[in-house]
Amino acid sequence: MTPEFSRNHFELLGLPVSYTVDAAALDDAYRELQGRVHPDRFASASEAERRVAMQWATRANEAYRTLRNPIDRARYLLGLKGFDTGEESNTSMPPDFLMQQMEWRETVEDGRARHDAGALEGLRREIETSRAEMHSLLARALGGDRNYDAGCSLVRKLRFLDKIESEIDDVLDAIHDGAAAAHPVRSAKGSA
Amino acid sequence: MSLLQISEPGESPEPHQRRLAVGIDLGTTHSLVATVRSSSAECLPDAHGRVLLPSIVRYGPGGGVDVGYDALSSAADDPANTIASVKRFMGRGVADVAKYGALPYRFVDAPGMVGIETAAGLRSPVQVSAEILHCLRARAEESLGGELFGAVVTVPAYFDDSQRQATKDAARIAGLNVLRLLNEPTAAAIAYGLDNASEGTFAIFDLGGGTFDLSILKLTRGVFEVLSTSGDSALGGDDFDQAIAMHWRIAHGLVDASGRDTRRLLAAAREVKERLSAEESADAQVTLTWGQQLHLRLTRREFEEITAPLIQKTLGPTRKALRDAGLAVSQIDGVVLVGGATRMPHLQRAVEAFFQREPLRNLDPEQVVALGAAIQANALAGNRAAGDDWLLLDVIPLSLGLETMGGLVEKVIPRNSTIPVARAQEFTTFKDGQTAMAIHVVQGERELVSDCRSLARFELRGIPPMVAGAARISVTFQVDADGLLSVSAREKTTGVGASVVVKPSYGLTDDEVATMLREGFDHAQADRDARALAEQRVEAEGLVAAIRAALAQDADLLSPPERASLDAGLASLDAARQGADHRALKSAVEALNRASESFAARRMDRSVSRALAGRRLDEVPVK
Repeated sequence: MTPEFSRNHFELLGLPVSYTVDAAALDDAYRELQGRVHPDRFASASEAERRVAMQWATRANEAYRTLRNPIDRARYLLGLKGFDTGEESNTSMPPDFLMQQMEWRETVEDGRARHDAGALEGLRREIETSRAEMHSLLARALGGDRNYDAGCSLVRKLRFLDKIESEIDDVLDAIHDGAAAAHPVRSAKGSA
Repeated sequence: MSLLQISEPGESPEPHQRRLAVGIDLGTTHSLVATVRSSSAECLPDAHGRVLLPSIVRYGPGGGVDVGYDALSSAADDPANTIASVKRFMGRGVADVAKYGALPYRFVDAPGMVGIETAAGLRSPVQVSAEILHCLRARAEESLGGELFGAVVTVPAYFDDSQRQATKDAARIAGLNVLRLLNEPTAAAIAYGLDNASEGTFAIFDLGGGTFDLSILKLTRGVFEVLSTSGDSALGGDDFDQAIAMHWRIAHGLVDASGRDTRRLLAAAREVKERLSAEESADAQVTLTWGQQLHLRLTRREFEEITAPLIQKTLGPTRKALRDAGLAVSQIDGVVLVGGATRMPHLQRAVEAFFQREPLRNLDPEQVVALGAAIQANALAGNRAAGDDWLLLDVIPLSLGLETMGGLVEKVIPRNSTIPVARAQEFTTFKDGQTAMAIHVVQGERELVSDCRSLARFELRGIPPMVAGAARISVTFQVDADGLLSVSAREKTTGVGASVVVKPSYGLTDDEVATMLREGFDHAQADRDARALAEQRVEAEGLVAAIRAALAQDADLLSPPERASLDAGLASLDAARQGADHRALKSAVEALNRASESFAARRMDRSVSRALAGRRLDEVPVK
């Protein structure tokens, strides 16, 4: 039988249902819960108890993962309020954001073509600044404003930032790996 | 007639007995077994006082099997029957092992995992590994004076599902009760962290004989949380030996050397490599099969030049692990070196240059993994001391996904997810009236199925005919605390279901494992039955003790009829324990397990509710 999972992620971890989460309280609550339910605590218990432990520990990991990541947390909270962020279906974006996307993509492609790690690191910093702005807008939309439509739109934009950042990482990986094959080991002399 | 055991509530029906548990580091070049005695972990030596067991198995012409040092001496003379570094072949196919270059073995392209033709017949790498594990088990049982309750066996963090499953199968064949598969760098972190009472973020750089792992862990108040892991399951100290041997072969015009000569050169290369950790140059003499004497010499500078690309290869995964953890080098509080290959000075310098700090090496890099595994085994066996309540949270190293139309991978569980983890993804049918769906499970980071490792294929059949896109097929991936995957699929509108414990494409089937178990170490049928009965009795005793302890705490969660049915299950298990039929005992154990399921679920719910209630009280602000 499956354990009773009527609590939502916030309730499971004993936290208020809110976009703003105290990171330290979240970490503590998660560790305390895992301390009680983790399969390692039940390694010599009955098979039934071991199975229940795995289900609970899985559930605890899912709750923690969702609440720790701001985009996942926002999407989950919107879901609890009955709003679908529509990331797969709703691809409409405001024109200024679309323009920005195109510029960023061009920078990534240039960086790829020229093996320019510096330019890509610079772009990443720029995106991080945008991300921070969007997060504060999201906190306002999901907090005092209760503007859930705006929240959905911000989640869609942030999801895009995630995608482009992972593309930047891929290109940077390729540049570093290429460098690894081409150059001998750097002497460690200077830093010893 | 059997006597009913009567015990007071809260009193354990069995006298408290310390369970014998060990940690085993099943390494590419060496293996070790360790245990916790009088609250400290120690590696167990053989009769000659040696703790390292060379991971070498020789199948003799008369059917005899030598393991360790006994096999090592024959490696140069009988290379085809002397299997070294078998860990590299675990869960691997013929195409994979071809990447290791010329090896002196007769590989057989068996379906699934590669096989090796030996003087004793065809052997799977799983059976070869089981010989090593069996040897360590015998060492431990002799040294500890009793049968083992269980073992924690370590695997490289970067091992994929097939390699993990193969390791677990090997342990089963060796007659070990596997308490947990534990990632090697995580084991090292436990030994290191508990020894030094460390707090902070640590990088564990683990270069063993054949595998490389880099794990980033956060240690906070007794919690070991793996943030990310990366590595290369085909890079290790062996590659440095190969590089030296290849350098000599080219220098002396021996590129086409025989398997036997290659082994001699490799043995000399290893010796020279080890001496170069302390000396500026080293010499070796090798006599080739046709009598020619070779005088070989290598300076440290030459060694460092020819192996520089190997050192460089460790830095890519290191960067990736840091990036996945979202950390910069400056945020790492300490770097721990693990594995014999980290004794090489140029490797130490490269790690130091990368992390900009001196690595920690105050625990023996060859023993630390086995020690950590022993500490974990001791805790899992229930021998934890009061207050000794540290917790380990590990991750899966590689993403898990499914093949979708066009040979593309749809990721279901991303790499570095904390385990246990489950994730479901919904799919639909492609054609009108489609009644079956092929599920192909893959592991890896690439977008094309052909670039990832195929783990399993199965079919969900009996989908009622519907128009294309109408069926809602939910595929659930569950990864357990050993990092092993099981997959189930269900059509949601009708409830048609199918599930598989992933038996990897590059693995053994259940039948093969069963055959190997039969052909294993207990040869006579009577021995096997006796062993099965002994195992079931231990299982039954454990279950009875666990349920009595649970009843002592939480009997109020059961209604009178539920309590009665559980008591009846206990009584019939007690009766079966007195008998000699291991099958009857097994079914009584299973029945009691089933009968206790909802009790187990309610107990856990109560435990969680209490934790939540406790925290709310704590959170009342104090003015």
